[in-house]
Amino acid sequence: MKTLVKWRLTAAAVTVSMIAGPALAEPLFWSTQAKPIEESQKMRDEVMAGFPGGVDYQPSDEGPWLTRMQAELQAGSGRIAVLGGLHGDLSSLGGDLVDLSGIDAEAVGPAMMELGALGSGEQKYIPWMQATYLMVANRKALEFLPEGADINALSYDQLIDWARATAEATGGPKFGFPAGPQGLKHRFFQGFLLPAYTKSTVTNFRSDEAVVAWETFRELWQYTNPAATNYSFMQEQLVTEEVWIAFDHVARIADAFNQRPDDFVAFPAPAGPMGRAFMPVVAGIAVPRTAPNMDESMALVAHMLKPETQIATLRATNFFPVIATDLPEDMPASVKASGPAIAAMTGAADALPALLPMGLGDKGGQFNQVYTDTFERIILAGQDIRTVLDSQAEVLRALMIEANAPCWAPDAASDGPCPVN
Amino acid sequence: MPRLLPYLLLLPATAFLCLFFLYPFVQVAHDSVMRGGVYTLENFTRMAGHWKFSTAFWNTMLLAAVVVPVQLAMALTMASIVTKLQRGRSSILYIFAIPLGISDLAAGLIWLSVFEQSGFLNSLLVGLGVVDRPILLLGYQNTWVIFIAIALAEVWRATAIMMVILVAGMGLIPKEYGEAADVFGASRWQKFRRVTLPMLKPSLQTALILRVILAFEVFAVVVALGGTQLPVLMSETYHWQFAMQERGVAAAYAMVILAVSVAFTILILRLLHVPKGARV
Repeated sequence: MKTLVKWRLTAAAVTVSMIAGPALAEPLFWSTQAKPIEESQKMRDEVMAGFPGGVDYQPSDEGPWLTRMQAELQAGSGRIAVLGGLHGDLSSLGGDLVDLSGIDAEAVGPAMMELGALGSGEQKYIPWMQATYLMVANRKALEFLPEGADINALSYDQLIDWARATAEATGGPKFGFPAGPQGLKHRFFQGFLLPAYTKSTVTNFRSDEAVVAWETFRELWQYTNPAATNYSFMQEQLVTEEVWIAFDHVARIADAFNQRPDDFVAFPAPAGPMGRAFMPVVAGIAVPRTAPNMDESMALVAHMLKPETQIATLRATNFFPVIATDLPEDMPASVKASGPAIAAMTGAADALPALLPMGLGDKGGQFNQVYTDTFERIILAGQDIRTVLDSQAEVLRALMIEANAPCWAPDAASDGPCPVN
Repeated sequence: MPRLLPYLLLLPATAFLCLFFLYPFVQVAHDSVMRGGVYTLENFTRMAGHWKFSTAFWNTMLLAAVVVPVQLAMALTMASIVTKLQRGRSSILYIFAIPLGISDLAAGLIWLSVFEQSGFLNSLLVGLGVVDRPILLLGYQNTWVIFIAIALAEVWRATAIMMVILVAGMGLIPKEYGEAADVFGASRWQKFRRVTLPMLKPSLQTALILRVILAFEVFAVVVALGGTQLPVLMSETYHWQFAMQERGVAAAYAMVILAVSVAFTILILRLLHVPKGARV
């Protein structure tokens, strides 16, 4: 296997260097974000164009992204000038990132900057852009909304009623959920479902409340299109009308609004007994210690924080700026639709932010796998909820101890590794 | 110098194999028994303890057990036809070998466009009025459809490699044996069973070993058609290496694939053993 992967990486590297031959002098922006081809092209043409000398923007999947970075770190020299990634991607590289406190980032809020410290005294990354997850519905589904339900303040039970009514009226399940291999299902369990019922992502993983949460989801699954296990970007199925109500990352529903602005409505995630849990997503930019030209890297990081770059990034990726800035009138339909829904969710009286995992280092993938496995066993394989939670809780506990990661919100702060009760 | 020449000529290939196969192999073997700087079997216990391991293992075995015999039968048939042809032999050979030129991922995607919900098969069924609306074929509820789709794609994609080897092998069988059988009035089937098959043993050996090993390494087709719904050993290896960042466990998976491949190679070598004196 490894031979094969090495081969493919070598082949990929050769291809890339052949294609990017003339661009070798440009600083390399090595990123896990803006991967779809249209997005990366916009990053190159519109976002990076303003940087003197140009930028070689290369997006990649998380695994190869990390593998190349680690290879450069091991070799002690490299070509990557700037790293772009989600909080979780960058946190696995903490010790090898250069302190960025010299860069003027006052416009970024202190709470977000704090995330970028990764628990160290240094500024390991600077927030780059932010997003979250939302619900989207086809306007045709609105007539089946349960009596008295406010679409901006739904509960999980109301969502199930709505999904049931829609399924019964249309003759097939119309709820959509990104449960495919590239789908962000684990974030739904970590940041939405479980915190809404248990006010916790880790500590109360196997609590009785968690059992209720999974029972609720199992009920919702009855009205979920069974093809969901192939869904990755819900915008596709929303546009084809395979699903009418869906949950996904704002960047993965944007196309639905941009293609048919009048047909869809965005609204906040539902609330459970503990509140309206939601997961804010923060992407950051960092500089590895092996960057070939530190001054250039720092200049590029500073460039990414300029208001006009931030707005161009929003247009390219549907990730919102991390600095307070006025958005121009001519923003894409997706931005106009998701903006108010995000505001309604984050500003709700029962809002319960559940942060992205912190301090897991390179164990982030395994942490996600615990939630994915739990989902696959309970929902797809139909195993007993209590049994599955008990066995997955052991995996989770071992993982937290191995990573020595303290709790993050909404779990109560812990001294040592985050406990699993 | 002439005595050294063969070795010198072999040197580049040997160096290449050592650098890109032997060295990574030793490293993987080492990684599989190393965890946190100590030698341990924990990688293997973690691998075997994961709830998907036995599913992945048996899926891989079952897939090989279904695909390889079908391919063997088809490859033998195709090779016999091609060998018998008087005219247009190379054209047919090229047509049969077309799928060989397609990468396994592309093959998976081709079959995905047949089987997916908005794919050709569904359009056909809807067009014929067999079903009212496109049905979900590749869903988690009927993994057997995914299994069949993968098996079909594998048969379509990799039968040609066996056929090419067998065609070459059939070309090596001296005509005299067949003529002798004709003299004794053997039927076509008897000739095939008593002359061609035994004489073909060395080629069969090569073809089977190659195919069986590749069958245990099936990956891209499975991922394209089944995503994570039908785990196989190779997709789990990839998953542990890249999604879970657990090189040790991924290495353990690689060792399992190696062990299975070696076991089957030995088995095939034994079963199709040709005594030295009987070789053509």
